[in-house]
Amino acid sequence: MKSITVRYFAMFREHAGVDAETLSLEAATARDVFSATRERHGSAEPSGHCKVAINDVMADWDSPVNDGDTVLLFPPVAGG
Amino acid sequence: MIRMTAKPIDPSELRKALFDPAAGAYCGFEGWIRNENDGQAVLRLEYEVYEPLAISEGESILAEARDRFPHLHAHCVHRTGLLEIGECAVWVGVSAPHRDAAFHACRYIIDHLKVRLPIWKKEHYVDGHSGWVNCERCATHGKAAL
Repeated sequence: MKSITVRYFAMFREHAGVDAETLSLEAATARDVFSATRERHGSAEPSGHCKVAINDVMADWDSPVNDGDTVLLFPPVAGG
Repeated sequence: MIRMTAKPIDPSELRKALFDPAAGAYCGFEGWIRNENDGQAVLRLEYEVYEPLAISEGESILAEARDRFPHLHAHCVHRTGLLEIGECAVWVGVSAPHRDAAFHACRYIIDHLKVRLPIWKKEHYVDGHSGWVNCERCATHGKAAL
């Protein structure tokens, strides 16, 4: 098991009810972390429209996650 | 330079930083808060920004523009927090030797900012409810330049 801190933004934060939480997960990639949070909080947003960062660096859904990482889950963005 | 601010944006002041004796063209874009979206009357907008990555990703976009358009100066300022109708939410300003590069660079930057920066907006409607804006529509509008 890995200890992963997940940070939520915008609609994800509202779904989760928290800004961040630390979870114990059997996760190999960012996609696994996202799937676990979707099950946990019931978010139905497909990952293709979302973005992910690991330890404040933009990442891909297939990027590996390590014990102690912080994974930032970004719902569809809308700047400007 | 890109920065986020909770204060009103003043493009006439910001453009001064782009002056360059070698620049023959300036192009600016201002995104304003409008009172309607998808048939719903909008009262105000609320921007949430994850600033560390908004800055780093924004700097990457400006660097890409400078790579594409030689001798370009490019700056951007984006608002955070609650904005009223008519306020400027984002300003992009560029200067370049000639207008063609200035127009294209400005378009490149705003189109990429809208779909790449970790920024979210929540619309507050006249009828009292609110909703997060999904910007797939923005991506569609900007796809010609992406």
